[in-house]
This record gives sequence, C-alpha cells and structure tokens, in this order.
Amino acid sequence: MRAVRKRLSGWGRFPVEEAWVYRPDSLEDVRELLPGGNLTLRGLGRSYGDASLNKDGNVADLTRLDRFLDFDGETGRLTCEGGVSLAEVLEVFVPRGWFLPVTPGTKFVTVAGAIASDVHGKNHHNASSLSRHVESMALLLASGETVLCSRESLPDLFWATAGGMGLTGIIAQATFRLRRIETSFLHYKAVRARDLDHMLETLEQYDPHYDYSVAWIDGLAGGKDLGKGVVLLGSHAPLAELPTQQRRSPLPVLARRRLSVSRPPPFSVVNRMTIRLLNTSYRFTHRPREALVGYDGFFYPLDGVGAWNRLYGSGGFLQHQSVFPLQASRETLVRLLEMVVKSRHASSLVILKKFGPQEGLLSFPMPGYTVAMDFPVYSAPFLALVSAMDELVAQSGGRVYLAKDACLSRERFQAMYPRWKEWLAAKERYDPRGAFTSSMARRLGLAP
Amino acid sequence: MKIGAGQQFLILGATSPMARYTAYELAKRGCALLLAGRSPSEVEAVARDVHIRYGVPAQPRTFDARDFASHPALIEETVSQLGHLDGVFLFFGEQGDQAKAQHSFEEARAIVEVNFLGAVSLLTLVANHLEERRSGVIVGVSSVAGDRGRRTNYVYGSSKGALSLFLQGLRNRLSLSNVQVVTVKPGYVDTAMTYGVVTSRLVASPQRVARGIVRSVEKGRDVVYLPWFWQWIMLVIRLIPERVFKRLNL
Ligand SMILES: Cc1cc2nc3c(=O)[nH]c(=O)nc-3n(C[C@H](O)[C@H](O)[C@H](O)COP(=O)(O)OP(=O)(O)OC[C@H]3O[C@@H](n4cnc5c(N)ncnc54)[C@H](O)[C@@H]3O)c2cc1C
Ligand SMILES: NC(=O)c1ccc[n+]([C@@H]2O[C@H](COP(=O)([O-])OP(=O)(O)OC[C@H]3O[C@@H](n4cnc5c(N)ncnc54)[C@H](OP(=O)(O)O)[C@@H]3O)[C@@H](O)[C@H]2O)c1
Repeated sequence: MRAVRKRLSGWGRFPVEEAWVYRPDSLEDVRELLPGGNLTLRGLGRSYGDASLNKDGNVADLTRLDRFLDFDGETGRLTCEGGVSLAEVLEVFVPRGWFLPVTPGTKFVTVAGAIASDVHGKNHHNASSLSRHVESMALLLASGETVLCSRESLPDLFWATAGGMGLTGIIAQATFRLRRIETSFLHYKAVRARDLDHMLETLEQYDPHYDYSVAWIDGLAGGKDLGKGVVLLGSHAPLAELPTQQRRSPLPVLARRRLSVSRPPPFSVVNRMTIRLLNTSYRFTHRPREALVGYDGFFYPLDGVGAWNRLYGSGGFLQHQSVFPLQASRETLVRLLEMVVKSRHASSLVILKKFGPQEGLLSFPMPGYTVAMDFPVYSAPFLALVSAMDELVAQSGGRVYLAKDACLSRERFQAMYPRWKEWLAAKERYDPRGAFTSSMARRLGLAP
Repeated sequence: MKIGAGQQFLILGATSPMARYTAYELAKRGCALLLAGRSPSEVEAVARDVHIRYGVPAQPRTFDARDFASHPALIEETVSQLGHLDGVFLFFGEQGDQAKAQHSFEEARAIVEVNFLGAVSLLTLVANHLEERRSGVIVGVSSVAGDRGRRTNYVYGSSKGALSLFLQGLRNRLSLSNVQVVTVKPGYVDTAMTYGVVTSRLVASPQRVARGIVRSVEKGRDVVYLPWFWQWIMLVIRLIPERVFKRLNL
C-alpha cells in the first residue's frame, strides 16, 4: 500500500503536522501497517487538536472501511465498520424510525472516532455517553489478531478502548443500539436566563423533562450579567404532535448543506466585534419560544456551513472544554468565566451542559457541569490563558476533554484522569510494543 | 436501457469502490444484485452493506478473473439461481507494475489475463445469455489508458485497449439482438489505484463515476468518458502525431 506525505491537522487547524498517510481499503490492508508500528488512527479528523496526528510518523485514514454489516429491525441493534459516518447512519436509519443513541454536535464523525472519544451529546443527563450504548467491538490488535470485546468478554480492553483515543487497537466493527423515534422532528423550547444562578436553576428545572438540553452563554457578559444566555431544550416529537399534513411523511432526512468556506482568510474574521454581533444575533434568533424543528438544525447547527473552521484564519483555533464535579461547579464556572471575560481573548461560543453518570477509564464526562469555549487566535498570551484554565479545572477536581485538546500537560492530565494507570496497564497488555501512538499520546505519556 | 425495480444484475469486481457505488445506484432503483469478487469476506461485507442500505436482495459470490475454467459454472449458477440476468457490470482490473512487466513475462501476463482475457471469458458467457433473451446490458470498465500506448503503463494500457476493441465488436454483434454494450473509460479516479501516484486536480470521486456509469446506461450511450472532460483531453492526445508522441514523456 502506498503512503502520501501530507500536512494534517484536527478541526481546530492547530497544530499542523506532516505525516505519511495511508488509506487502506480493507482490514487486510490495515494489517500490513502493524509491523511498522508508529501508527496513528484517523477517522474524519473532527477532533480539534492532535489526537489523530503523528508528527513524521504513519497515519491510517480509516474512512474507506465504511460498510454496514448487520441490522436488527426489531431491537435497533446495528453492526458496522468503524469508518461509517454518523451522517450515513442517520441517512439510512432515520427514514426507518431510528436515531443515534448519542450524537456529538456534528454528524461528520466516524463511528470508531466517536467511540474512541466516547462522545457525549445533549442527552448525557439521561443517556450517558456513547459507550453505554455500545454492546461490543471487533478490534484489530497490534499483534494482527482480531478480538471481540464487550462488558463480558475482555472488559478491560472494552473500557480501555471506549474513550481510549485510538491507542489500544483498530475499532474494525462496532455493535450498538439505535433508539426508536416516531418522527424526525423535535419538540423544541428556548428559555432565557438572566445570570448564572438563573441559568443553573433553569437547567436543573428542565433537565428531567427533556431528552436534550444545552445552554449557550454570552461569553462577553461580565459583572451581574455573568452567565446570562439561553437554555435550549428538545425532545423527540411523537407522531401525534405533528401537523396532520406532515404525519404522512414523519421521518424525512433533513440534511442541509448550504455554503462552504473554501479558503481561510489571512486573519481570523472571528474577533471581539464579530463575536459581539454573533452573540446579539444569537439572542435574537433564539428568542424564548416553543416549536417543532427538524433534527438536523437542532443537533448540527454548524454542519450547514462546510469547513467553517476556516473562518478562524490560518492560525487556527482551540476549543477548551472542561467539566467539574457538581459541588465545585458554580464556583469554578464563575472563576472560569471571569478569567475569560477579564482576559483580552473573547470566546466566540460558550456552551454549558449538565452531565449525568459516567463509566470508563479515560472517558471525559463526570456528573457535574461542562463548559466549552471556542477561542480564535493563537498566541503566547493565549496559551498562557489556556494553561491557567487547565490549572483551575484540575484544582476543582475536574478535567479537560482530550478530543478537543492540544495543550494539556502530562502532569495535569494525570491529575485529571485518575484512572490513567489502569488504562496504561491495559495498553501494556494489548499493545506491548506501543505500535499505536499519536502526537497527543506522546504529549500525555500514553504511548512511546 | 431503463433501469428499475425487479431487474437483476451481476457485478464483477464488486470490492472496487467504483463498483460498490454503482451497486448503490442500482440498488436505489430497486435492482437485485449479485456481487462477485475475489475475497470471500470482502464481498460478503459489500453484499450485507448494500442490502442493509437499500433493502434489495444482494448476494455475494467469489471468483477469480484468471481462473477461466471456473467461469462457465459461475455464470450458469448465477442464471439458474436468479432465473435470468438483465445485465453485467465489469469492474475488475489490475494495474500491475509496468517496470516489473518489462522484465517478467509473468507480471505482464497477469495484467493481460485479468484485464483482457478474464473479461473476454466472462463477458462472452453473459453475452450469449443476453443474446438469447434479446435484452439486457453489458457494461465494461476500460480506461483512458487504453486509448494510446505510453511508456509508463503500456502493458496495462494495451490490455485495456484490447478490452475496448472487444467491447466495440461485441456491441456491433449484440446490436442485432437488442442488447446494449457500454464501454466506460474513466480518467483518474480516487481509489487505491491512484492513491499516492496521481496528485492531479482532475481526480474524480468514485461516487461521481458511479453515477455517470448508471446514467450512461439509462441514456443508451455506447462509449463514455468519465468525468466528461476526459473525452476532450483524450481527443487531443489521440491527435498528436506518432512521431511527436513517441518523444513525449506522458
Ligand atoms: C463541530 C464539532 C462539534 C463537536 N461536538 C461534540 C460533542 O457535542 N460531544 C463530543 O463528545 N464531541 C464533540 N466533538 C468532537 C468529536 O465528536 C470527536 O472528536 C470525534 O472523536 C471525532 O471523530 P472523527 O471520526 O473525526 O475522528 P478523528 O478526529 O479522526 O479521531 C479521533 C480519535 O479517534 C481515534 N480513531 C479514529 N478511527 C479509529 C478507529 N477505527 N479505531 C480506533 N480509534 C480510532 C483517533 O486515533 C483519535 O484518537 C465535536 C467536534 C466538532 C468538530
Ligand atoms: N482508479 C483509476 O483511476 C482508474 C482509471 C481508469 C480505469 N480504472 C479501472 O476501473 C476499474 C476499477 O478499479 P479501481 O480504481 O476501483 O481499483 P481497485 O480498487 O484496485 O479495483 C480493482 C478491482 O479488481 C479486482 N481484481 C483484481 N484482480 C482480480 C482477479 N484476478 N480476479 C477478480 N478480481 C480482481 C480487485 O479485487 P480485490 O479487491 O480482491 O483486489 C478490485 O475489486 C478497474 O478495471 C480499473 O482498471 C481505474
């Protein structure tokens, strides 16, 4: 199989690194790459930082391993290859009345990439993360052997792989349960919050009554307005809620692709001024109301613009997503938001969500509040801000999401993910040569 | 030929990405498919995938294009199992290693046996079946490389050129019995064959080529370049006088 020398980056376009990229067509092809080692697995490259990069090493683009292999129309149990995208799952199964059990904020990720990050969605408070819905995985190990793992068989491998950032083996196939839907619409409700306390109260109040919830915070608002924003809620609409004429075709696939950013501008067009505009228009377009909306706009508002990450200019951007335990949440949130408001680095997008229970060794979520912030410019003072935020998060007993990270230090990682030793022991057992690695893995001490 | 629900097609070389996306196009229209390829586990996966996505019957078959003796049984079993065939789409092909083929007859022979003799063997069997039925379509995937011999890939090119001529003759013969024969000449397609070799902006996605293939059948085309602009590129290339062409490094 041939390799192509390519400059790669994650969705944040920072860092950018060169590697030898292979694109296998079959598992047999992938097997050829194992003896060479120094291998990083890559799906659709939607992780933000360096999780699917391998400076000067080998990268396997696994998007061509994308076949559906089994589906049980009674239970919704689906088996597919790891390179199938969530967009394809929706396209094939929404018309038949099935939906993803958990979905991230973009549908352009692979099933394997989503499991490797153990992704969470707006329903984490009642559905936990994706791994809860995965029954088993077929993994191609560094030895060339293919094994099936689940909660019952090789549970150590199962839990080291879900959230394991592609470092235990190739997720060749995954079996997971889809959820039944009567319509592809959501009953949507938007509620305004005046300040942080009101925001937290609103989430507490509505979470038990809605499948999905997430809040948007105006990242420029400080002082008594700190934490003001809008809470977005949604539940799958039952058939009876649709207007009569829509009931005849209640399950349309509603993917829109309107525009695309073809080339990054020389500088970021996301700056304090445009962020202010963005926040104002956001408040305006998300007026308090209730409505029926299509799933695509509800779950994937950003997928409508192709390659929107280029708007941040050639310097790239970073999303800082952290979570802190419930008891420390309010205080940490205030300090984190104030830290950002006071710094000169405006965050273009601040998202808040309350997580529920979570299993796993390296899975990100924990019961508590998670906050995600997008930052445009990359510069030394900005990196100092990120480091200060990481420190604050670590001290609160919280952690930073690896799928979005490009900066975390090894020491802070170990403090944030206390089960890392257990994970490393499993890594030793299943990949003793350290064949699977990545720039992130080296940074965090997860692989040689 | 109109393609629609209830028709049954054989796809040879079903593990090629172009073949898989062509299978999707046919399955979308409700056709039943027999998907034949070399590796049992790979064709099984393709057949399951097509069935899950589109709900049409899709069955796997294994064959080797170079195992000529096994071809009659493959086609007979296919026909007896399905009752009849409405057509065949032939995708298998072997690029081979030109440098190696210049020193090893075995390499050259493998290329010719897959691309030309394998196709002659299988298409003749299907042609006779369709001729008897007086309907159907034969689609052969040749290549722009078969339009002119070049130093960098003339063994592959000549095998594809021979395939193009074979398809032309077959079309001439079968036009008497209402059977359509389509010669498909793709340019660069983004598959394993070109990955890491061709960096041209002209590389097309296999999805695009697949859509073009099925549309060509529906439009009753005889010879089709995919994407369309290759028709003009090849026209220019064919017009270059040999005394000039032989010195060019293409
Ligand atoms: C706009 C946007 C919104 C997002 N919203 C959310 C969200 O709401 N919740 C959330 O949890 N995440 C979210 N994410 C992050 C995203 O879901 C994850 O980064 C996901 O892992 C990306 O999948 P991918 O296929 O692009 O994988 P890549 O980014 O290519 O790789 C991610 C990881 O998966 C590993 N991997 C890839 N393929 C395999 C394989 N076959 N076997 C084993 N390991 C493999 C890689 O090695 C790497 O460690 C969002 C990302 C974007 C861009
Ligand atoms: N890619 C291009 O740019 C391009 C351009 C013009 C024409 N073409 C033609 O398009 C067709 C499809 O090629 P592709 O690009 O999709 O490349 P590909 O992925 O390499 O497909 C080649 C196919 O041929 C099969 N094959 C090879 N030898 C065989 C044998 N002895 N018996 C049975 N099957 C055999 C392969 O099966 P396995 O999976 O088992 O190996 C594979 O399915 C080929 O005929 C090729 O010549 C390609």
